[in-house]
Amino acid sequence: MTRIYLDRIAATPLRPEVLEAMRPFLGESFGNPQSLHAAGREALAAVDAAREEVAALIGATAGEITFTASGSEANNLAVKGLAAGQQARGRHIVVSAIEHTSVLNSVKALERGGFTATLVPVDRNGRADPGRVEQALTKETILVSVMTANSEVGTIQPVAEIAAVCRGRKIPFHTDAVAAAGSVPIDVKALGVDALSLAGDQFYGPKGSAALFVRKGVRLLPLIDGGIQEGGRRGGTENVPAIVGLGRAAALARAEMASRAAALAPLRDRLLDELPRRIEHVLVTGSRTDRLPHQASFCIEFVEGEGMLLFLDMKGIAASSGSACTSKALKASHVLLAMGLDHATAQGSLVFSLIDGTTAAAIDVLLEALPPIVERLRAMSPLYTQYLKERGS
Amino acid sequence: MYSDKVMDHFANPRNVGVIPDADGVGQVGNPVCGDMMTFYIKVRDGRLADVKFQTFGCGAAIAVSSMVSEMAKGKTLDEAMAITNDLVAEELGGLPKNKMHCSNLGADALHEAIKDYRAKKAGAAAKPVPAADLHASEGCACPYCETALEDEEQTFCKACRIELEECPACGGITKKGEAACLHCGRPLGGKA
Repeated sequence: MTRIYLDRIAATPLRPEVLEAMRPFLGESFGNPQSLHAAGREALAAVDAAREEVAALIGATAGEITFTASGSEANNLAVKGLAAGQQARGRHIVVSAIEHTSVLNSVKALERGGFTATLVPVDRNGRADPGRVEQALTKETILVSVMTANSEVGTIQPVAEIAAVCRGRKIPFHTDAVAAAGSVPIDVKALGVDALSLAGDQFYGPKGSAALFVRKGVRLLPLIDGGIQEGGRRGGTENVPAIVGLGRAAALARAEMASRAAALAPLRDRLLDELPRRIEHVLVTGSRTDRLPHQASFCIEFVEGEGMLLFLDMKGIAASSGSACTSKALKASHVLLAMGLDHATAQGSLVFSLIDGTTAAAIDVLLEALPPIVERLRAMSPLYTQYLKERGS
Repeated sequence: MYSDKVMDHFANPRNVGVIPDADGVGQVGNPVCGDMMTFYIKVRDGRLADVKFQTFGCGAAIAVSSMVSEMAKGKTLDEAMAITNDLVAEELGGLPKNKMHCSNLGADALHEAIKDYRAKKAGAAAKPVPAADLHASEGCACPYCETALEDEEQTFCKACRIELEECPACGGITKKGEAACLHCGRPLGGKA
């Protein structure tokens, strides 16, 4: 059985060039970048070069890049570190309702420490309106965080407009670009953001490789106190192989971004157009116009996501879902609920996120495989029976 | 994640369907928590002559329903009432910890169907089958620690030792005193 991998949100395969770049640093080049000797200098040179590449991917300068161990850590550092750095000015934070849990739970942790927060609602397409962000701002607001794109529904946010609102009020603005960086062009200067998170495992780099951009001059306190690594923003010996891998993946992404998107967007569009034609009662979730090039997401009514994932997996197709049953905490996706979908509909969440090399033939296999799976699950769904009864009467 | 037996009952569920002239119907759960089950029973000479079910839910919920229906068929009503959640999970070769509450729903739905039958037989006004109640918290788990909440009245998570409250908009459960619903972001009354 050929495997069809459509769960880029969870992980991307490591590019062979990335592995090659990392390999020496898992072997003979084991030096600590902080050491004075030749082994250390060799490691430092590699870390410096990677920092340049990551900075170039987003139009930043190397000194503005702090390496972290995950996108979640970058988001924690941004939210908690900026809040701590700004708290003399106020203690109010504004975030969108559809942020990643690493942002939302960081905000919650701050609330326990006396900060207050406002969640900005999103529209039916999962878009946060800059005007609503502006309305949420108070004299006490010291941080705004709105993601660049949401992995679950694919919607790209009006980041530049929100950044402009914040800049006008001199409020630091962070954007979680983990789902977007490496896939769509990002220029921190053009966007006007003060901080931005990205993660290498979303664009063919290794797991455990991520970074936070913080604009020069913006005050941020570390979460991990230690030595002078990362300019004092993150203590601990650098994970040199991961950093080198992230740098190589960033360079590849910069060179290939346009061609990757050009290859995947038509496949995405075919899924978005064709699935609702082949299956009744299917909603496309997220924006059709402002959308990640690799992301197609749906809610299949009257069925629950996990059952679909299990049956798809039996056919060799890997996808994901935001249903309650697929989350360990057994709660439906806060993203879909914030977009105004009811629980029953949100339970039918199904997300396909395409990786490079996905073929039109693979999409056809999926389009053939899914309708009988949905039919099978609907045949045993009390909600569908109820619907048919109501429609009939 | 799931045992072979769970996967078998999920992929090839036994006794799926509706009994239009059922002697008893039991429905539990709701889409808020992800799972909803309806059981239909036919009773002959004090035994379950037929059991059918419909389930909206995860792989575990479907497998549990299938196993419950198989275990119950042919049993006396009292024997069927004695089918416990633990027995169902055991027959399935175990369930992941956070899916244990699915097994509770399966046995509960069967028991509700038997109670419905008994109530009808006793001449009591037939209890209507409740429609899917989007706002009930029955069968939910604590959103913070995943521990199943035993009944819809439970507003305190014993594991986390926190008070919980239900969001009036979406029905999701959030810690009492939070400024906004954990699930839909709607402001809650707890804090300004």
